[in-house]
Amino acid sequence: MASASKKILMDPFSDNNPITIQVLGICSALAVTVKVDTAIVMTLALTSVVTLSNLVISLLRNVIPSGIRMIVEMAVIASLVIIADQLLRAYMFDISKQLSVFVGLIITNCIVMGRAEAFALQNPPKESLLDGLGNGIGYGIILIAVAAIREFLGFGTLLNKQILPDSYMGNGLVLLAPGAFIILGLLIWLQRTISKYVEE
Amino acid sequence: MEFLSLAVESIFIQNILLAYFLGMCSFLACSKKVDTAIGLGFAVIFVLGITLPANWAIYNFLLKPGALAWAGMPNLDLSFLSFICFIATIASMVQLVEMILDKFFPALYHALGIFLPLITVNCAILGGSLFMQQKVDDPNINYTVMHALVYGVSSGIGWLLAIASMAAIRKKLRYSHLPDGLKGLGITMIMTGLMAMAFMCFAGIDL
Repeated sequence: MASASKKILMDPFSDNNPITIQVLGICSALAVTVKVDTAIVMTLALTSVVTLSNLVISLLRNVIPSGIRMIVEMAVIASLVIIADQLLRAYMFDISKQLSVFVGLIITNCIVMGRAEAFALQNPPKESLLDGLGNGIGYGIILIAVAAIREFLGFGTLLNKQILPDSYMGNGLVLLAPGAFIILGLLIWLQRTISKYVEE
Repeated sequence: MEFLSLAVESIFIQNILLAYFLGMCSFLACSKKVDTAIGLGFAVIFVLGITLPANWAIYNFLLKPGALAWAGMPNLDLSFLSFICFIATIASMVQLVEMILDKFFPALYHALGIFLPLITVNCAILGGSLFMQQKVDDPNINYTVMHALVYGVSSGIGWLLAIASMAAIRKKLRYSHLPDGLKGLGITMIMTGLMAMAFMCFAGIDL
């Protein structure tokens, strides 16, 4: 793979991570991370939506009038999310019940809109596809890391397999909202220390 | 009385930001100054209060299974269109609110400025509508338009409380020494966590 496309794909994994550096898409990063399996399904849903929406918007970039571009983007994204939601309901009903409103909220997930605005509108389809894929995976890395910590400390399991002995009581706090905020805060600290990013 | 307990529940116990994580992006981006935080908070209350009853009407009379019985099509189920209809309603309502404010309350319009259009992509607004849809679908609850209105306005108030207090804390935080990686987003998340913990104390209230 050419180094330019590799950079587009790999940059969002760490150096330009959508959650910890660009500060996009935080809501779902917290809400669906009680268990690893829901986090994985959410990552797949979001990655496919952002990849396809980047591709479609990039293909349409020369015909969209700039005055109504937001509406066009919204329509593209909302249709893709409806497809993703219907597929989840058809093939993974239990997990789609657990994700509840958060699949629908991919529409307003800033990553999808942000990448469409910032990247797909200016770049050709192939690069946009890679950018969408990279950002989806970068989002997934953080999501799954938070979910793994919460599931491990909260239930003593990983992917529903028991890791810690039965005598482990389970820490209820990490499963509740405050636990999610604090764990994500600490992960952001770790990630930014490694990538040496400092916010002004 | 029922509406009062619904309001207390959605402001404090099930706070849309601190318990459901909705509206985090604008919460993080706009909580640096108290004035803008409060302005945005009021805009959110306003838009939630308008879009929830509007989406309730659309869902109840057009989209939910059997809703088109009045048009002679009782077997039609359009609920899969709810996402796209809700977001379209929200976008057009925001546009409408913007035009009305510009015409009749120019002072308020200028105070809110850029925040009004941004509200379209605030997940608290769409999230409110999607939670409303879940409750309408629940056969055990008789969810009326008043419930939707009270739920919308009080969720907005809960969001305003959270963002206003966070802005106040961040103002003080400017004078503290933090490790480089924790500056900005990191410490804000941890403080939000502590705030969420404080709000959880309200869960003990018996309604």
